[in-house]
Amino acid sequence: MLQPAPPRPASPRPGPLPAWVFGVVPAVFLAVFFAYPVTRIVGRGLSSEGLDLLRRGEEWQVLWFTAEQAVLSTFLTLVVALPGAYVLNRYAIPGRRLLLALVTVPFVLPTVVVGLAFRALLPASWIGSLGVILVAHVFFNYAVVVRVVGGLWGQLDPRYEQAARSLGATPWQAFRTVTWPLLRPAVAAATALVFLFTFTSFGVIVVLGGPGTTTLEVEIYRRTAQLLDLPGAAVLAVLQLVVLAAVLLVSARLQAGTAVAQRLRAPSRDALTRPRRPGQLVLLGSVLLTVVVLLGAPLAALVLRSFRVRSTWGLAWWRALGSVDAGTTRYAAPLDSVRVSLQYAVVTAVLSVVVGGLAACAVAYAGRAGRVLDAAAMLPLGTSAVTVGFGLLIAFARPPLDLRGSWIMVPLAHTLVAVPLVLRTVLPVLRSIDPRLRQVAATLGARPLRAWATVDLPLLGRSLAVGAGFAFAVSLGEFGATAFLTRSDTPTLPVQIVRLLSRPGEIPYGAAMALATVLMVVTAAVVLAAEALQGGRWRR
Amino acid sequence: MAAVSDLPDRPDLSDLPEAPPALQVSDVSVRFGDRQVLDRVALVVRADEVVCLLGPSGSGKSTLLQVIAGLRVPESGVVRWSGGDVSAVPPHRRRFGLVFQDPLLFPHLDVAGNVRYALRIAGPARLAPDEASRRVDELLELVELAGYGGRSVATLSGGEAQRVALARALAPAPRLLLLDEPFGALDRELRDRLAVDVRALLHRLGTPAVHVTHDLAEAELVGDRIVRLADLGSV
Repeated sequence: MLQPAPPRPASPRPGPLPAWVFGVVPAVFLAVFFAYPVTRIVGRGLSSEGLDLLRRGEEWQVLWFTAEQAVLSTFLTLVVALPGAYVLNRYAIPGRRLLLALVTVPFVLPTVVVGLAFRALLPASWIGSLGVILVAHVFFNYAVVVRVVGGLWGQLDPRYEQAARSLGATPWQAFRTVTWPLLRPAVAAATALVFLFTFTSFGVIVVLGGPGTTTLEVEIYRRTAQLLDLPGAAVLAVLQLVVLAAVLLVSARLQAGTAVAQRLRAPSRDALTRPRRPGQLVLLGSVLLTVVVLLGAPLAALVLRSFRVRSTWGLAWWRALGSVDAGTTRYAAPLDSVRVSLQYAVVTAVLSVVVGGLAACAVAYAGRAGRVLDAAAMLPLGTSAVTVGFGLLIAFARPPLDLRGSWIMVPLAHTLVAVPLVLRTVLPVLRSIDPRLRQVAATLGARPLRAWATVDLPLLGRSLAVGAGFAFAVSLGEFGATAFLTRSDTPTLPVQIVRLLSRPGEIPYGAAMALATVLMVVTAAVVLAAEALQGGRWRR
Repeated sequence: MAAVSDLPDRPDLSDLPEAPPALQVSDVSVRFGDRQVLDRVALVVRADEVVCLLGPSGSGKSTLLQVIAGLRVPESGVVRWSGGDVSAVPPHRRRFGLVFQDPLLFPHLDVAGNVRYALRIAGPARLAPDEASRRVDELLELVELAGYGGRSVATLSGGEAQRVALARALAPAPRLLLLDEPFGALDRELRDRLAVDVRALLHRLGTPAVHVTHDLAEAELVGDRIVRLADLGSV
């Protein structure tokens, strides 16, 4: 029956409790551990001492290189990945879905692992060049374009193009005048994301960069940790915040302006093209070659390198995981890092699910205030992990809250990075739950909170588990913030890998490769399991 | 104003002296924005009767049920049960069962789980597990779905799902049952069969009910009395 239902917000009991009850914990968490540290950075950076530094020119040089490599990386990623986005979503290829899943793997890998994979693949003399950094960035962000643009491309109704062809357009004209305008919002979104990721690139640059190839993120870290130049680091962080805010604003504008176009899509999964003509086969071949060479070779090289002992094969580097530095008081043995990382990951998963889950409820049950919280919770993703770590470091270095050297700093930083992912995972599920289910529970005698706990919460269970999985994986691989906050006697896996890499000798180097292999396998397994769980439905 | 009129060719059970009014709705008004959906509506349901509320789409039938169930607060008006004002009683303490047009079965529970949910929440304190299972079986038998307990709700047909919803609504032994077009989404034949079944069931249980429909044939099959909630302004 088509009763003109009132708008949703008007329904009598949107949430089991007032929305602020859910929102207070996430709001306080974000205010204390994100907003306050960032204001401390800005305060330091805008001091007269900080502003003087800007006249030196050195800072501008770093900014310039950071922007240059980000623009080049973004451009290259689009050029390489757009054909992949098309072929993997529009061609009927056996094993297409599996291929799509595998292509995503590089993106979820820790940046340090990506860096090591290219170190394993390429000659040592190439390390430190701009080219290596660009290739690693393309490797890393290929999946972003395939997912964001290809996701839309796969759902475009092919009849739009057929209509254009029937009006006399050549295939190229049909693409240029019909398909491209429809894809543009997705391309804009992917471009913004890739630019953001490469502009704030840290782990890749630390492992693959050299003296002339340093980004803002790396320079902020170097000034803080090696030069103890906090004002200089703060100035750079402010510079970076300004650029990122501008990029986010521009991309939001671009996407808002083209939002109408997105509504044109129609689901059509049966419209896959069977590649037959020579041109199509060449395109297919080149995409498959790219996937194998660009995405497959580095990962294979990493695994092989961990077993390559001088000119033969063996387990020496794997055995070294337990023995390098074992028994010394200064360093932790590599295997200890596995335990440390797993512990942090568990704490991060719990914190992120609590904070992110409550935030999702607050956003879903509140009106305007919910949208503000939604935006605020996404900010840590857009401000870079290094800024998060640096901010926590300078904000909680003295009373009333002196957390210097406390283990909790690392999972706190990881939680800030992971909460947006949990929020984005849980919120759509929460919004899809029919509010009448809780009304049914009420007429069966359930108090509001009881109805929520027995109906909504179990229905959210799976998405909370998926969010926990993502948060766990983020914590395992996080490097930018961790580099600032981890204690030297309990390094996480990525920190330990970089530390091994920086030490002389072939044993630490080999052990770094083995440890990176461990990290790669665990992270990929956790993320793929979470995605598989997300794909499932309520079935018994 | 909503016109409330008895159909002349139906036996009027409301004249029987032994049936006191159970539910009394008076002066209920609801508006959505600037649209007056219900304007000073009155309705009386006696303790032993099934009233069919008949009216076209958009006449506010579902809204009236939501007001009775306590799921919507009206701008004005009073809902009384056995003479006492229950307007301020929240839905979970009214003990009015409600079956929506969609079955709205809890997707995370199986068929038995859905029925048991109601027993767990509202049933006699600490129902022993085997006692609860026995009650679930009874209720499923009542709606002719014996043996369906272990089925996933996703595998049910529309008619089966709506029967489960009915069993679930009956589980806490409600003192009034509200049925909001429960067969609206089903085909004609199934609808008629269920209508006959529900009428028999309600009489067996002796539970008074308000059954909302826009279908006169269905209203005649189910109702002891038919009340028309005419469209606004067509008094």
